Amino acid sequence: MAGFLFRRSVYLICLVVLSTSAAYLLAATQLNPRARYEGRNPPPPPAVVDATLDALNMNDKVPVVTRFGRWVSDLTRGDLGQTVDGVSVNAELNRRMWVSLRLVLVGSILGTLLGVAAGAYGAVKQYRMSDRLLTVFSFVVLSIPVVVLAVLFKNGGIELNRVLGFTGDTRLLYTTGEITPGVDPWTAAGILNRLAHLVLPSLVLVAVGTAFYGRYQRNAMLDVLGSDFLRTARAKGLSRPRALIRHGLRTALIPMATFFAYEFALLFVGATFTEKLFGWHGMGEYFVDSVTKNDVNSVAGVTLFVGVLVLLAGFLSDIAYAALDPRVRV
Amino acid sequence: MPDVWRHAGSETSPEEATSRLRLVGRRFVRNRPAMFGSAIVFLFFALAYLSPLVTQWQYTQLDFNAFLEPPGGTHWFGTTQNGFDVFALTMRGMQKSLVIGLLGAVIATVLAATVGAFAGYFGGAVDTALVTLIDLLMVLPAFLIIAILSPLFLGRTWLVFVLLLAAFQWMVTARIVRGMTLSLREREFVQAARFMGVPGWQIIFRHILPNMASLLIIDATINVSSLILAEVGLSFFGFGVQPPDVSLGTLIGDYAGAALTFPWEFYFPTGFLVALVLAINLVGDGLRDAFDPNVQGASR
Repeated sequence: MAGFLFRRSVYLICLVVLSTSAAYLLAATQLNPRARYEGRNPPPPPAVVDATLDALNMNDKVPVVTRFGRWVSDLTRGDLGQTVDGVSVNAELNRRMWVSLRLVLVGSILGTLLGVAAGAYGAVKQYRMSDRLLTVFSFVVLSIPVVVLAVLFKNGGIELNRVLGFTGDTRLLYTTGEITPGVDPWTAAGILNRLAHLVLPSLVLVAVGTAFYGRYQRNAMLDVLGSDFLRTARAKGLSRPRALIRHGLRTALIPMATFFAYEFALLFVGATFTEKLFGWHGMGEYFVDSVTKNDVNSVAGVTLFVGVLVLLAGFLSDIAYAALDPRVRV
Repeated sequence: MPDVWRHAGSETSPEEATSRLRLVGRRFVRNRPAMFGSAIVFLFFALAYLSPLVTQWQYTQLDFNAFLEPPGGTHWFGTTQNGFDVFALTMRGMQKSLVIGLLGAVIATVLAATVGAFAGYFGGAVDTALVTLIDLLMVLPAFLIIAILSPLFLGRTWLVFVLLLAAFQWMVTARIVRGMTLSLREREFVQAARFMGVPGWQIIFRHILPNMASLLIIDATINVSSLILAEVGLSFFGFGVQPPDVSLGTLIGDYAGAALTFPWEFYFPTGFLVALVLAINLVGDGLRDAFDPNVQGASR
C-alpha cells in the first residue's frame, strides 16, 4: 500500500512539473512582454527596455531554454519570479488566494447546501410542482453563461439601488470591489460595507451552485429511492423522513463527493468570470490579467498553483469516498 | 430474401421486432420538451443561415443614418453605436456559435472515443501513454492555455480556435470510454473477432465503439452546448473569435456594458444564445431518457 501511494505521488508530481513547464514554455514563446514598452511615448531607449526585461527574466532576445533554466533554478529556491510590474509572484499569489476565498466561500457553501437540499427534495417529490420548478430553474441557469449571469445580477443591483434611491456614495449593494476605499474594515460599518459588496457576486455563485448540485443530487437521489436497503430501513421501523435522510441521502451523497472535493480545493482558485465582472482582485482575475499583460512568470505561477490544488482535490475526493462509502474501506 | 427467412421473421410479433433504433426514436419523439428543443435548434439553424439572404442589412454593413437606434421598422433589433444592424450581427454570431459548437463537439467526441478505446483495448504501454496524456490535459488550466494561444487565431481561420476548444473537452469522456472498453474487451463477440485475426483497430471501430453509441451520441450533444458556453466565456475577454468576425460571445462581451442604457444591443444576442443552449440541453436530456432503459415511465 505504501509503495502504491509513493508511486502514485511521484506520478502526480511529475504531472504538475510537466504541466507547469508546458505552460511556461507556451507563455514564454507566445506572450510578448516587450509590447508594454513599444507603445510608450516617448519610446524608452532599447538598452533600458532590454535591461528591464532581463531583470524580469522575460527578454525575448535570450533563448527560451536559458530563460526556462533560470526560472527553474529560481523555483527550486521557492521563488516564482516577478510579475511584469516588478512584484513578486509569490506575494501576488499569497494575497490573491485569500481575496478569492473571501469572495467564493459563502456563495459556494450556500449554493452547495441549497442545491443538495433542493435536489434531494425534488427527487422525493418527483414530478410534483416543486420538483418541476427546480428542474426548470436548473435547466435555465445552466444554459446561461456565467458571465451573462454576472452581468444580469450586477445590473439588477444597480437598478435596485436606483429604484430605492441609493444614488449617493452610500449604496445598498455595491457592484465593484471588496470594500469601499477608506472604510476601516474592522468596524461595524466596515463589516456591513463588506457584506454589501459580497451580496451580488455571492448570489451569482449561489444560483450556479444550486442549479448544478440540484440537478446532480436529484439524479443521485432518484437512483437510491427505489433501493432495497431503503425499504429495509422503513421495515425495521424508521420513520420516512429519518430513513430518507439517514439511509437515502447519505448514500446519494457518495457520487457527489468528487464534486465537493474539487470545489473545496478550488475555492482558492476563485471564480474567474464573477471576480472579473465585480472587480475583485483575486486569483480568477489574475488568470485573465496575466495573459492580457503578457506576464510570463504569472502564467507559470498560476498554472503551478492550480495544478497543485487539482491534485490535492483528487486526494481529497479519494478520502471523502472512503469516509462516505463503507465498501471502499477494506 | 429467401422464403424461409421471411417465414422465420413473421413468427415474431411486430412489437418484438422493433429495432432498438426505432424504439429510441419513438421514445424521443414522445418526449415533448426534447421535440420542442429540436424544433428550436432547427429553426435557429435555418434563421441564422437563411435570414442574411433576405434581409436588407449585412453584418459588415454600417447604416450612417441610424446610430444606436432602438428596434424598429428598418432595423428589427435596432443598431449599435457605429450603425451596425443588431439583427444581422446576432444572426452572424449564431452561425459562428452553431458551427463552433457542432464541429467542436464532433471532434471532441471522436477524439474521446478513439483515445479511450485504444487505451482500454491495447493496454500496456499504449494505455499508460494515453492515460498520462489525459491526466496531463486535466491538470492544465484550459482557459489559460487557450487564452495564451489566442493571438494565433488573429488573421487565421477560427478552425484553430475550434480545434483548441475541442482539445480540452474530451478527457472525461475518454476515461469513461476506456473503462467501458476494458469490460467489452472480454466479451465473446470481441474475443471471437480477435481469434479470427481481425486487427485491433478494426475491432475497436466495428465492435467496441458501436456498442457505446448511445453514450457517444449523448456526449456529443452535451458537448455542443458546453462548447458554445466555453466560446462565450473566452470571447467575452477577447480570447476567442477574433474581429472582424463576430460570434455570440464577442457580441455579448462588446455590449455587456450597454445592457442598462441600450438594452437591445445586449439582450438580443444574449436571448438567442440562452434559447439555443437551452434547446440543445433539452435535446441532450431527451436523448439520455430515450437511450436509458431504466428511466422511469419508459415504454416501447
